[in-house]
Amino acid sequence: MTTATHSLLDTQENPYALSHLDALEAESVHIFREVAGEFERPVILFSGGKDSIVMLHLALKAFWPAAIPFSLLHVDTGHNFPEVIEYRDRTVAQHNLRLHVASVQDFIDDGRLRERPDGTRNPLQTVPLLDAIESNKFDAVFGGGRRDEEKARAKERVFSLRDEFGAWDPRRQRPELWSLYNGRHAVGEHVRVFPLSNWTELDVWQYIEREGIELPDIYYAHHRDVFKRDGMWLTAGEWGGPKESEPVETRLIRYRTVGDMSCTGAVDSDAVTIADVIAEIAASRLTERGATRADDKLSEAAMEDRKREGYF
Amino acid sequence: MTTTAETTATSLLRFATAGSVDDGKSTLVGRLLHDSKSVLADQLEAVERVSLGRGQEAPDLALLTDGLRAEREQGITIDVAYRYFATARRRFILADTPGHVQYTRNMVTGASTAELAVVLVDARNGVVEQTRRHAAVAALLRVPHVVLAVNKMDLVDYAEPVFAAIAEEFTSYAASLGVKDVVAVPISALAGDNVVEPSAHMDWYGGPTLLEHLETVPVGSDPSNEPARFPVQYVIRPQTEAHPDYRGYAGQLASGVLRVGDPVTVLPSGHTTTVAGIDALGRETDIAWAPQSVTVRLAEDIDVSRGDLIAAGPAPVPTKDIEATVCHLNERALRPGAKVLLKHTTRTVRALVKEISYRIDIDTLEQRSGADGLEVNDIGHVVLRTAEPLALDSYTDNRRTGSFLLIDPADGTTLTAGMAGEAFDTVRATTEPIEEDWV
Repeated sequence: MTTATHSLLDTQENPYALSHLDALEAESVHIFREVAGEFERPVILFSGGKDSIVMLHLALKAFWPAAIPFSLLHVDTGHNFPEVIEYRDRTVAQHNLRLHVASVQDFIDDGRLRERPDGTRNPLQTVPLLDAIESNKFDAVFGGGRRDEEKARAKERVFSLRDEFGAWDPRRQRPELWSLYNGRHAVGEHVRVFPLSNWTELDVWQYIEREGIELPDIYYAHHRDVFKRDGMWLTAGEWGGPKESEPVETRLIRYRTVGDMSCTGAVDSDAVTIADVIAEIAASRLTERGATRADDKLSEAAMEDRKREGYF
Repeated sequence: MTTTAETTATSLLRFATAGSVDDGKSTLVGRLLHDSKSVLADQLEAVERVSLGRGQEAPDLALLTDGLRAEREQGITIDVAYRYFATARRRFILADTPGHVQYTRNMVTGASTAELAVVLVDARNGVVEQTRRHAAVAALLRVPHVVLAVNKMDLVDYAEPVFAAIAEEFTSYAASLGVKDVVAVPISALAGDNVVEPSAHMDWYGGPTLLEHLETVPVGSDPSNEPARFPVQYVIRPQTEAHPDYRGYAGQLASGVLRVGDPVTVLPSGHTTTVAGIDALGRETDIAWAPQSVTVRLAEDIDVSRGDLIAAGPAPVPTKDIEATVCHLNERALRPGAKVLLKHTTRTVRALVKEISYRIDIDTLEQRSGADGLEVNDIGHVVLRTAEPLALDSYTDNRRTGSFLLIDPADGTTLTAGMAGEAFDTVRATTEPIEEDWV
């Protein structure tokens, strides 16, 4: 038995060592460039959440000094945090981007979708998303999903083939070897691409810190009127909360994830800086989705089911 | 989990595990995640809930790596599940490959990006056929480091001679396949011995625990010892007022080091020029190395596009005739005469399967000639003819520029994973030391 020789490439001594953030960044940039090289009409799903903000940041770096060769798509549930919409519009203007908005409200207004009894609109996003993909003929759709988020995502490919109904069929997913991504698809099909597949929540925050990326304020601790539902702090709003039995109180909170207001919970937090947030996440005993997403608690396979229907 | 432990991770190790359920692989993976405090309360609660529902008293850590409902319903296994954890020293990406059905395909997929493979054996059974197969796949895919985890030491009374005999047998077998670095660790995944914490039952073992080894094994190869290979992914031409004449070639270094001023050859055209500038994602620099993603500017205005290779040092000779070792991944067999697409780095070309020279029995490493096709999970040697020349390195020399996929042109299915050149050192020994003039 030989013992490993560790002298040559110890990270302290090796001038060619890459940090984990450098390695993840290089991989994500490679993925963006592969899509730019092989697809006709890619689009980045941009919600104004931290993962989509990091995706956009990586895309801007990947094609510098040229503009990114993609447009953005926001699936708007109508239950938005105003801070996030303001951030979205400012970012689009700053980088001179093209933004498509697929509105859940439009689909409800003209009867193509019906409001759910519980008022949550997260599951309703799939129809407007697929409609936008089809009508704009998008062939590659970048999503900010990470494999560390959830069990159904752990087996997701970087290039995930969707059929003409937008559905994910585990049988048709292709083995991914080396860094060779197979993006071939038939007309009407598209490929979801996940450049952050190998990132964790902590990596995302460490990268935000390193790169000095600005985020919407709601990611940092602030005082907010909230009420408790299903063990989570929700923001009062027109979408249907609070009920009479749900008293509103002012608490010091922040959001760990940003999604539809009706199902995205805030966490008690006094983390006002990025460093505070990183310390808080590193010490947290709950996953990001477990702490903040009501929709993933619906059933054991909630995410898997939504994914198969064409969700993000 | 402490703050400092999680936030000071500095390097990234991609590794793969191989072993069957019976060897305790799921328990080992669960143990690594659990003992490195990477399993969070809500995940553990879910495991406890399901374990309790099944009448088990202790939480079954194997459930942490349980499959999707779609897999159970359809009776399939999605090839690789990725797990993430971190310690004070390192971030880990674990490609967890199911050991039973489709084993070879799954392990080939997981091992393709791995820098280390953990091969698990049951101490009571020792090295079995499957162990040899796992070692062979790790060797075939040129995984630089292999760890033999001799599990269930608690069931053989933590006896050193049992471990020593298995370690000796495996190490000499792996060495004969060309595996350069093998470390054996006696563990009990169930009891936690030598996985994260040192065992109190095996004083005779002086080596690192499995996690300690994972934390300290060198990551990556030394790029200064390799010729530079830069497959062009995309041409960046802003054509803006600020950058009217900028023309940069975007890509990720597959190997080696590139410096401003280096003479380079563009393949397959063969034009030579020098590196005029390197932009590291918005910041000008004078040096870049694998696996960085950068943009390279060249001194001369020559025709370069996606699919070309910018090479420094000894450059491969572009060829339309490729001999390669392949692993067939699809239920549809690969047969001589098949017309396919071949995807190599950033170039996809049409290719013809001219010949299936032989199939390799992965258990005995014997060559079986006369194969009329390769079935799923088969490893074999093929001769291909491409419509356009490709600048391939031997897979032995370069995992990124020596690998390719065969794709079904009709529906885009990924059919086959290919590695240019001969598979194993033992096979290569007969053809050395002549230059590989076929590349």
